[in-house]
Amino acid sequence: MFREEHGRAVAVLVRVFGDIDIAEDAVQEAFALACQRWPQTGVPGSPAGWIITTARNRAIDRLRRESSRAERHRQAEWLLAQQRGQTAEPEGPVRDDRLRLIFTCCHPALAQPAQVALTLKLLGGLQTHEIARAFLVSESTMAQRLVRAKGKIRDAGIPYRVPSEADLPDRLGSVLAALYLIFNEGYAASGGDSHVRVDLCDEAIRLARLVCALMPDEHEATGLLALMLLAHARRLARTTPSGDLVLLADQDRSLWDRELISEGQSLVRACLRANLPGPHQVQAAINAVHADAQSYEQTDWPQILALYDQLFAVSPSPVVALNRAVAVAEVRGPDAALELLDDLDLDRYQRYHAIRADLLRRLDRTIEAKDAYRVAIALTDNPSERRFLQRRIRALTS
Amino acid sequence: MKQYLMSVYHRDVTESAPAPADIEQIMADVGAVNDELRAGGAWVFAGGLYPSSTATVLTLTDGEVLVTDGPFLEGKEHIGGIWVIEAPDLDAALCWGRKAARACRIPVEVRPFQEEARD
Repeated sequence: MFREEHGRAVAVLVRVFGDIDIAEDAVQEAFALACQRWPQTGVPGSPAGWIITTARNRAIDRLRRESSRAERHRQAEWLLAQQRGQTAEPEGPVRDDRLRLIFTCCHPALAQPAQVALTLKLLGGLQTHEIARAFLVSESTMAQRLVRAKGKIRDAGIPYRVPSEADLPDRLGSVLAALYLIFNEGYAASGGDSHVRVDLCDEAIRLARLVCALMPDEHEATGLLALMLLAHARRLARTTPSGDLVLLADQDRSLWDRELISEGQSLVRACLRANLPGPHQVQAAINAVHADAQSYEQTDWPQILALYDQLFAVSPSPVVALNRAVAVAEVRGPDAALELLDDLDLDRYQRYHAIRADLLRRLDRTIEAKDAYRVAIALTDNPSERRFLQRRIRALTS
Repeated sequence: MKQYLMSVYHRDVTESAPAPADIEQIMADVGAVNDELRAGGAWVFAGGLYPSSTATVLTLTDGEVLVTDGPFLEGKEHIGGIWVIEAPDLDAALCWGRKAARACRIPVEVRPFQEEARD
């Protein structure tokens, strides 16, 4: 409840006061007050309303205390106009304040790490030290990142508004990319001290649900949510109890979360009906096909290859080509896939070498396979990935 | 209303300078941007600068102002021209910045001016 209401309250106050620090401090004070008073007075009928009203009053009090005479005069005028309902509202349909806030946090003028940090802090209600730990930086580094980002919003005049129709596709892309980054950060964390890291996957999914609820006609947003749900469904099967990686081919599918899969697949079907495909939607569809199969061997690989053809058409990156090659290996054999890999320029990418190694292994080119695994190991600093690759080398040796 | 500085940087080395015909086209495009800025009420000031070799630096040292030849910054790139524009927020300023970047064919930096302090 806290995180939902925190995000909503901050969003409303940012709109009202046009200042993130004032909004954050006021909401924090209101929550502190709630913790003090509600155990005695009982939870009010509308907790969210109480928080927002209390925060608003706190902020007004603070502004009155801290302003210079000229500022107080300006604020008094502005507050009066507020009460008369005269403050200008941007044109367009009434939007949830959280939507405004998400677009502000993910403004392209902010560096992506800053976008991600702000989104988690303001909408996620996470604390600075939690975000710092999640992204493996020191708390002071993360605190500075947030201060700089808020400073840029204030000083460069990044507006608090939902972008115009014309700008919306690019700006939404920014938002979705930030959410996908948060999800992938959580997805990649495996074993080790992941139990002390906030579940970024849960947070990314929650925020993606919010964006989808507020923008139900944006199919790429729906596609991203579906993609996250279908990937998250596999989390219990992805690692062993000791935190080692388990490949899709070897996962115990009975550990997959069938509810998440069902939800993800129904979202994919909705996207298919809309027939306005984009990269996230196609990736979600690929995951849905995998989720349909009882086993790796029963996977509809021709269907997956067809989807990768579609994905490559809308998103022609070397990484997509690499993943497509994996599907080619299943449909046309490892030789065909290896040929495709030779055309790719992914020499610094660990997964490229790991996939190459696996294809070579399947062709009994053992020495080359081991070499490729070694290159992959040299390129990764993720301990569980490294352990996985070393196991593959040992398996070849025995 | 806020004010923003839009600036472009030029490499000193002339090998990478555009051909004369291209320069004409660029100047025409920049002129068109200036016309749009004026028509939109956003134009405050704009101008191209002579190369960095024409710059002079004044430095206060021990109570005296010393005069030196050449730009302040060492390096191969220096400011080539500036716009000062008025815009309600960064989105509007970036909209102008995009047009400037297309016209100049080189990167444009958009930076806000500090507001004047009140009483």
